[in-house]
Amino acid sequence: MTAHPLLSVEHAQKRFGGLIAVNEVSFSVKQGELVGLIGPNGSGKTTMLNLISGLLKPSAGRISFGGEEITGLPAYQIARRGIARTFQLVRPLASLSAIENVIAGAAFGHVRIWGPDAYREAEILLGRVGLSGRGNAPSGSMTYIDQKRLELARALAGNPRLLLLDEWLAGLNPTELRIGIDLIAGLRDEGRTIVMVEHVMDAIRSLCDRCIVMSSGAKIADGSAHDVLAQPEVISAYLGSEDA
Amino acid sequence: MTQMRSQEWWTLAVAAIGLAVAAAIPLYDDGYYLSLSVNIAIYVVLCTAWTIFSGPTHYISLATAAFFGIGQYTVGLGIESYPFAVLVATAGVIAAALAIVVGMATLRLSGVYFVIFTLGLAELVRQVVTWLQTNFTNAVGLYVFTDFGEKHVLWMLLALAAVIYATGWLINRSRLGFAMRIIGNDETVARHVGINVAWSKVVLFAVSGAFIGIAGAILAPRYAYIEPPSAFNPVLSFQVVIMALLGGTSRLWGPLLGVIPFTILFDFISAHFPNHTSLLIGFAFVAIVYALPRGVIGLVDDLRRPQAGAEKARTSAEATQ
Repeated sequence: MTAHPLLSVEHAQKRFGGLIAVNEVSFSVKQGELVGLIGPNGSGKTTMLNLISGLLKPSAGRISFGGEEITGLPAYQIARRGIARTFQLVRPLASLSAIENVIAGAAFGHVRIWGPDAYREAEILLGRVGLSGRGNAPSGSMTYIDQKRLELARALAGNPRLLLLDEWLAGLNPTELRIGIDLIAGLRDEGRTIVMVEHVMDAIRSLCDRCIVMSSGAKIADGSAHDVLAQPEVISAYLGSEDA
Repeated sequence: MTQMRSQEWWTLAVAAIGLAVAAAIPLYDDGYYLSLSVNIAIYVVLCTAWTIFSGPTHYISLATAAFFGIGQYTVGLGIESYPFAVLVATAGVIAAALAIVVGMATLRLSGVYFVIFTLGLAELVRQVVTWLQTNFTNAVGLYVFTDFGEKHVLWMLLALAAVIYATGWLINRSRLGFAMRIIGNDETVARHVGINVAWSKVVLFAVSGAFIGIAGAILAPRYAYIEPPSAFNPVLSFQVVIMALLGGTSRLWGPLLGVIPFTILFDFISAHFPNHTSLLIGFAFVAIVYALPRGVIGLVDDLRRPQAGAEKARTSAEATQ
């Protein structure tokens, strides 16, 4: 495809005082790829995502996006370059209606739209995530899955070149999970580049082209979901070394 | 989003009538009521300008006296050499510039530090002006002699009020206004949808500061003699905060609902109980805050939506059972 990858992370490191949450992690994501970022709790996955989205600044290392260095840029500038995200704990804009939440993602980001165009686009996106006709609902009083859908619509509203999903499927019941997986599959099929932090193994197996496994802040495996989940280091990271 | 709704046309019509009535006051009275009207107009302008910034951001600014004093001094220093209109515009520009510098330095701080800093700012500007005057000129105060009477001051203030309301309304409809609502909900989300949070706040602070500076400039002819303790009086900053909060800052016309009754109340108390003014005003504040925790605008909202109020009361009663 293109000469250089869409996202490339080189030796990224994040320290919180003495704790090293992300240690010398390097990987790259090609245009159109769906990459799963997995690992046990506390392995640094969300921190890695936060370094890419600009919520946290890396202590060392280099992150570039579309051939341009974005290391340490403020989050709003990274968002304007075309990286959108959802949050591990959903963050609806509670005093805004559902459709305003989606417009929020469209009005300031990568591809900016405003006024009637933004309304139309937001209506389409609400339909896309399964919230048609719910535009005027106050987002603060929606159910958990609906708020997750809304957050996805908000992230998609700026037509991002890279979508970061932080445990977007967590906390859903089996029926909702099926819907959620189908939604992400739909995004992958239309060629969107996605990095998803996830714990739900079924989702990872069925969705991800490639998996990156982190443990204690370091990358321990990188490859196809099937191969990676069979590696002894990965099994021991999840289950402990006696079982390996 | 882009078309004006009929409710907005009604608001505009009511505002125009209100403005026309207020502008006609000097035709009927040139004594007590005119003077009271000017007082009301001053606080409507200051409180509404203050609310443009502090309403959506929830930052309590005590820099009102700094911007106001700068406006007064701009006119005081330039009145001999430049036309009044030029000085009014200059006052706005200088106040906005100060707001941008201060905003960039402090709006990254959390609320409490910002409050203290703005209070200190007014004092700092006052001390600098005093120092400059005692060291480089031989007078402490400045005289402002113009042909403006009380009625001209009223008309200028009413025109300024109209501009402030129009600006606030335009901001609310713009991306900046929408950005402020998002910031008010969740700053982290605001950053991640591409909003430059710090700069949005600085822009609003500058707009608000500019209007307060212009108000100070317009009022300079009324005071005729300007000196630092009166131009940079910190009590003004507190009065503006109190009146704006009493009216309610959730909407732009909220402060209006606070300013009109409270200016009349203060006037009544200071006229009839000159020896106990502070005491009675203190009691009045406590009573008002106790009775109207969300400001007058909260009361108006409850009256306009009686069902919603009853619903809320019912659900809270159920919750306590």
